[in-house]
Parts: sequence; structure tokens; C-alpha cells
Amino acid sequence: MQPQSSQPGKRLVRMKLNGRWREDAVGENQLLIDYLRDVARLTGVKSGCDGGECGACTVLLDGEAVPSCIMLAVRCEGRSVESIEGLARQGKPSRLQRAFHEKLGAQCGFCTPGMIMAAEALLRRNPSPSDIEIRAALSGNLCRCTGYVKIIESVKSAAEMPS
Amino acid sequence: MMTARHGTIPADRAGVPLIDGIDKVTGRARYTADLDHDDALTARIFRSPVSHGEIIRLDVSKARALDGVMAVVTGEDCPHTYGVLPVAMNEYPLARGRVRYRGEPVAAVAAIDEQTAMRALALIELEVRELAACYTSQEARAPGAVLLHDNKPGNLEREVHHEFGDVHSGFAAADLVHEETIRCAEVNHAQIEPHACLTDYDPVTGRLTVQSVSQVGYYLHLMLARCMEMDTSRIRVIKPFIGGGFGARVEVLNFEIITALLARAAGGKVMMRLTREENFLTHRARPQTDIRLKLGMLRDGRITACECEVVQRGGAYAGYGIVTILYAGALLQGIYDIPAIKYDGYRVYANLPPCGAMRGHGSVDTRHAFECMLDRMARRFKLDPFAVRRANLLRAPTRTLNDLMVNSCGLAECLDKVEHASRWRERIGKLPQGHGIGMACSHYVSGAAKPIHWTGEPHAVVNLRLDFDGGVTAFTGAADIGQGSSTMVAIAVSETLGVALERVRVVAGDSAVTPKDNGAYSSRITFMVGNAAIEAARKLGAILSQAAARKLEARPEDIQCVAETFHVGSSGQSSLPFIEVVKAALVDRGPITVAGTFTCPPEAQGGKHRGGAVGSTMGFSYAAQVVEVSIDEATGLVTVEKVWAALDCGHAINPLAVQGQIEGSVWMGMGQALSEETHYLDGLPAHASLLEYRVPTIAESPPIAVHIVESRDPYGPLGAKEASEGALASFPPALVNAVANAIGIDLNELPVTPDRLVQALVERRRRTRLGAARSAAA
Repeated sequence: MQPQSSQPGKRLVRMKLNGRWREDAVGENQLLIDYLRDVARLTGVKSGCDGGECGACTVLLDGEAVPSCIMLAVRCEGRSVESIEGLARQGKPSRLQRAFHEKLGAQCGFCTPGMIMAAEALLRRNPSPSDIEIRAALSGNLCRCTGYVKIIESVKSAAEMPS
Repeated sequence: MMTARHGTIPADRAGVPLIDGIDKVTGRARYTADLDHDDALTARIFRSPVSHGEIIRLDVSKARALDGVMAVVTGEDCPHTYGVLPVAMNEYPLARGRVRYRGEPVAAVAAIDEQTAMRALALIELEVRELAACYTSQEARAPGAVLLHDNKPGNLEREVHHEFGDVHSGFAAADLVHEETIRCAEVNHAQIEPHACLTDYDPVTGRLTVQSVSQVGYYLHLMLARCMEMDTSRIRVIKPFIGGGFGARVEVLNFEIITALLARAAGGKVMMRLTREENFLTHRARPQTDIRLKLGMLRDGRITACECEVVQRGGAYAGYGIVTILYAGALLQGIYDIPAIKYDGYRVYANLPPCGAMRGHGSVDTRHAFECMLDRMARRFKLDPFAVRRANLLRAPTRTLNDLMVNSCGLAECLDKVEHASRWRERIGKLPQGHGIGMACSHYVSGAAKPIHWTGEPHAVVNLRLDFDGGVTAFTGAADIGQGSSTMVAIAVSETLGVALERVRVVAGDSAVTPKDNGAYSSRITFMVGNAAIEAARKLGAILSQAAARKLEARPEDIQCVAETFHVGSSGQSSLPFIEVVKAALVDRGPITVAGTFTCPPEAQGGKHRGGAVGSTMGFSYAAQVVEVSIDEATGLVTVEKVWAALDCGHAINPLAVQGQIEGSVWMGMGQALSEETHYLDGLPAHASLLEYRVPTIAESPPIAVHIVESRDPYGPLGAKEASEGALASFPPALVNAVANAIGIDLNELPVTPDRLVQALVERRRRTRLGAARSAAA
């Protein structure tokens, strides 16, 4: 639970969200996840814990995977934020989205957006990762359904698809 | 069967992705917390700060007076208990008079925003006269222990004493009688989606609409009506996307009723989202369990008798407790042919969050003890672990001593598969020090043949609708919680009708629209709902065949539909496309609606003895697995290198989903075996986050080679049985047996954490030194 002062100040924050710049008055204590879910309406960003435990809220900040539940929205001023909603192009799922669907990398689907974003950061910096590199990159993202077997298969399969 | 990279799947079917999979991977899927709740109030719960006490004074007037607070409710607002079994509903949604665990809900507020709700909680005044508390089964059962419930002497929720066959003679005939005590820690479901519900009460119409994470909307519906004193027809329960369950949500949870009370008090919409800590407080998972197991065995490995005592620390309220303690005894049977079994079970109350059902409900801890013991006794006769299991196989069809039907059993083939795939014979006994392999078996029911709310209705109903557009819509109350049950329904319908999967839509889990269903528990959906879906599809197919027969001037029984085309017989000569036949069928009668049902016959519903219905099922799944470990003796760290798991699921309707379920259940067994355990300090959960409660990460999770075995159950839909729970229970014993194989130490406590393993190694060194000193002295 975040301690909250009675009257938090607000600041105008400009950020590039899923490729489009936008400006909002944001509470100085507002977490990025709350901004994304409640202000920008990107409910694909999931909250699974009480802060920094599960990785379900993972988004990309300037291309790096970060948990949005322990990041203040005001710290994203002038930066690029990408969520699961930004991956599909003209309604067509991305390579990772297709692979997670086809290989059953998602069962209940709740950890999936965070998992895919963490994998997206990995594939951008390392287009053909080994099993160990996949495990290292996704070790902050918990899944309770798959045993991770098909998640690893999904990431490998996405890496092999033509981009 | 064909060999895949990691195992064997049916050669003719790879399976299909989930029909709602694209919504999940794109972020479009709306889980409860994602539903539009702009106009909803925010709810928070005020919880007991003590483990046990009498409520002397509860004053919510200051909270109620706070600006922005729209409703405050307490135990005064609900004089009705809720729970599972009608005979054991001893829990109020909000405590009345007494609190029995730290974190028990006492009051709740609904306010315009989170900050206001939190400020209101801080204004609630609670005065409690503390009572002594019991935190272990031993304390709770001790003479003179404080009673949690005045009508439950000895703090026993239920004692079970079952004896089948002649146990005394069985032990007398044995070449070896062995007894051990094994202890399993309490674990939690830790589904990644935290509990939430969005509840709307309309004071004008008096209607209540609930969207919640429930696995069994029907039970929620019944309990809301009971606690709110409402007519069931004024309640609607809708299932959004659900982020996992594993049993956490098969019973109605206090927050669901509390939110409804708040919504009615506020006259509007209320959103409740529990924190992860509150999820652990809500609990309802697998209890801490002590097992004393005694087995008699002949030199050839045949078991002659089994005596088992189980003590489960159930927490403060009944929940599913009676069912869990009955399962633990009933499922000693149904996997091996054992001539005599005695079971004594004790379900104990303690001042801790209530336990409930969790994947492998009731069977996991006793199966663990049993499979560890089998290995240890086999060793004494120099029998291979596979051989001792093969010596005791059940032959289907049969009935067990406790009158459970066993209609199909592919365990022998499961054993063959994992023995071969793991190269067991070449490797056992030949691995270097610190490396080991172990194996074990398990089983689970495909749905309870007698449901908890016995109404005489069918066990499952599926409605199918076909209209002018040619779309086939299946309506089911079955809750898809990520296991893929809606996809299973779509496949069953499309295969039976002979139409494309894409033609079938599934509408699931809305009490205003879909037929009642007993929900996602005891792995019942594939077996029961699958059968109902097939029956519905056959009825619809018969109507279409009649229409096609009229147009093709043939007999309806000669009509076949393959790949959306109707033919006479197998000849491709005269044929009609699906949509033409639909149009013909709709003439005069309009849209077609049919219902398919499934009912387990009375002979499947278990024995006549008290509690005999628990464990009864139409089909048992069977699993065998081999686990390979390496052990660092300096740190006590056990690494699982690889797992080979075979599951007899009768028939894999969707092999892709079956693989996913087997991998997930094996892995969940690994968590329980290696790292997961709850830990309370004077009743205060010290594990209440996903950092302290150690769910395995991807970094330490092994490759799992899955082998699907298809024994074709005579009653299962297309021959299918369950695939989601049966493989869990063989992991922990296979791991403990692998540790014994690696370093020669038999461990009697779960989980096998590094500290427990180091302790065992230290004790062995001490014993070795003592032994050496003694023999030197002699």
C-alpha cells in the first residue's frame, strides 16, 4: 500500500504511449500502472501483486522491460512507453502474440501481457536467444498455469518467424 | 502415436489453440478488475487484528460519517452463514460476536475512492477480548484446548473411520510391515489474478448483478440469495475472463458476499479488488497435513494391507473440510489393487485462515506418503520402483473396496512410457553421486459422480442454438478459467456435427443466458459438459439430417455431414452444403434450440457408507512420472533437471491443451515439493506476498516431456477423462524418491527446501560419526 499525502500535486506529463505522444495532468504519486489502466484505459496491463513481485504489469520504457507497478508515471516524462495494446499492427497480432496463441504460451492469460512484453524486450536486443537467455529475461514474470514449458517454446517460435 | 520433440502426442491430432486465445495475447480480454467501473464505488475490508477473540464493541459511526463514504456493513447486516456442505456452513461473511483468525473480515466500507475507503477503515473502532488461540493440529486437539466452535469438541470438524477388507490378516500375511510419519506443509493456489468482483444493485428493480472470479457461479448465486435473503430470480451472476483458479474459487468467498451487501447498502455499483496479501488471507487451499502410513507387503511387491491416519489442519471454518478429509481416505483406492484398507481421518480447526480445495483436492499429500513408502519398501526386497507398482495394478473394469467405479485404466502404459523415455533401466543406480532419478504414480477423478448440491437435475446441460446465419452457438454454465473448457465444448460440438470449429461460438457463464452448471471443480467439465455437448450436437445433427434427407430424397439415417457437407452414405454423389440444409431445417420451425444433458447413474455415485459419495466418479485419470534431480550437498539445493510425465486422459479432445494441463500440474507439484509453504507467526501470515511465498520462476523450472496415453474410457466424451489434476500428485513423491536415489536420504517432510536437506545431511554425518566411534570403541 502506497502512503498517500492528502493533497498530492499534479504535473503535466508528456509521454509517447504506444507510438503516439500524449499529455495528461498526472498526480505526482500516481503509479505508471494506474495511469495506464485508469487514465489511458490500457487494461491489458495487469496487476497481480502488491508491488514488484509478479511481473504481470510489465511494459516497455524506452524499450526496456519494467514493472509499471513500481514506477511513477511522472518519471516517464518525454519517454516512450509501450504496452501489450501497442504490439498488434492493423489488428494483426505480432510474432510473439501469434506464437503465444498458437503454442499455448497463454492459458488463463493473466500473466500473458507482461510475459509477452518482457519477451519483446528480449527479442529486440537478442533476436535469437538461447533457452538460458529466455529463462533469464523472463525470470521476473510469474506464471501459474503453464509450468513455463510452452512459454519458452512460444518465445523460440516467435524468434524463428519472419518479422 | 507420434514422437514429438519432448514426448508423445496422438498422431492424428495436434490440437488447436484456445478459441479465446487471441483476446488474451492482445490484452483485449477483460478480467474482473478490467471491467468498466467508472461509476463504481471502491470497497475495502476491515479485518481482525487478532487470531481469536470475542468482539466487545464495534463502532463504525465515525467511518460512516466520513465524507465520501457511501456504505459501511458489519456482521449485523448478515445474520446468515455461508459455506459448502449444507451441514457445515459455520462462517459469516462478516464476523458476528467472535473472530477466529487474524485477517477475518469484520466490517467493510464502500467509498467514492480508494483513499477515502482507507481513511474510513482507520476510523473503525474494534474492541476485542482476546482468547487463547491454536495454531497447530496438536495444540487444537490437546485436552483442554480452547474451542473454536462450541459444538465441535476436540476442535474436530469431522472424524472419518473407514475400514474395508481384513486389515489385520493382511498385515499378518505380509513379509514386511513398514510404518512412517510424513508431513506436508500448507500451500496456496497463488493464481496470478488477485480476487475481485464488481457488483451492481438496482434499488428500483431490486436486482443484483455480480461479475466475479468464481469457478462456480451457481454456488455464488445460491449463497448470495441465502445471505442477502433475495429471490434467486433477482440475481444474475456473470463470469468475465478469469485469471486461474486451481480451487481457490470453487467455494463462495467472503468478499463476494460482502461486496453484494455493500452494493445493496449503497444502492449502486461497487468494485472490490483484494490485495495479494488479502488473497493469502482468503486462502482456502491445501491444508498442512500429517500422515501416518502403515503398509504390508509380500516379497514379490504385492501390497497386503494399508492403514493410514491423516490429520489436516483446516483453519478456522469448515469450508470444503469434510470433503477434503474424505477424499484423502477415498483416494487411497482406485489406483492399486489393495485387499484391505483402514483409514482414520481428522479434520481439525485452528485459528488460521480457512483451507479449502486445491488442485488434486485431498489426494496429493496421502498419495505423496504412499508413493514414498512403496519405494522404501521395494528397496528392502531389492525390487525396482516400476516393478512394485506393476505388481499392484488395478485391472479395469472393476469396483474398488469402497465401491468406486474404475471403467478404464491406462496406468500400465503410462509406466511403460516414462520408463522407456527416461531410459530408466539403463540409468537407475548408475548415476554419479549427487544425481538421481525417482518415479511415482497418481490418479484423480473426472468429476464427482454425486454433486454437493444434489438436486436430481442432470449433472450437466449444454444448449445449442442454430439460426438463419448458420452459426452454431453453444451455451454452457461451465467456467473456463484458463484450462480451455470453452474450446473443448467447441471441438466436441464441431466434431460431432461435422462442421468447422470456426462455425461454433461458445457463450459461457452467465446465469441469465446459460444453463446452470456445477462449475469448474473436481475436473468435471470435460467429462460431464463434454458429454452433454456431444448429446446436444447429436440432437441438432438429427434435425439437420432430416432436413437434408427431405431435400436429397434419402433416409435420415443414411445422411452424414463431413466437412460442412451433407452426403447420402459415404458416396459423394448427392450432397448439400451446410447452409442449404440449415435453411431447409428452419422452414416452418424457425431458429432451432436443443439441449444435451449428462447424468452419472446411481451405480457410479459411490458406496452406501457415510461419506461414500466422495471419490466417486465415472472415470479416473492415471499418471506416472520420472523426475531427475541433481543436488548440491553444500547448499542443500535440489535442481530438477528433467521430468517425464505420462497421463492417461482416456482420449485427448485437444492434445495441445492436454499437454498444457499436464505440464502445469506437474510443475505445480514441483512448487509444492521444493519451495512452496505458508508460514504463520502467532497467526500472522509471514508468507503473504509472491516474494515470500516461493512459486518457482522460469529460471528453475525444468523441461517436461509429456506422454499422452489414451485408454478410451467407455463413458467419457469421445473416450475422454480429466487431464488437469491427475499428474500433480506424482511429482512430490517422485522428487523425494529421486533425492533418495541421489544421496541415500529418505525425507519425510515437504517441501524439500535447502535448509531441510542440509539438516538431513548434517544428521546423517552425525550418525555416521557416532557409528564409527562406536565400532572403534567395540
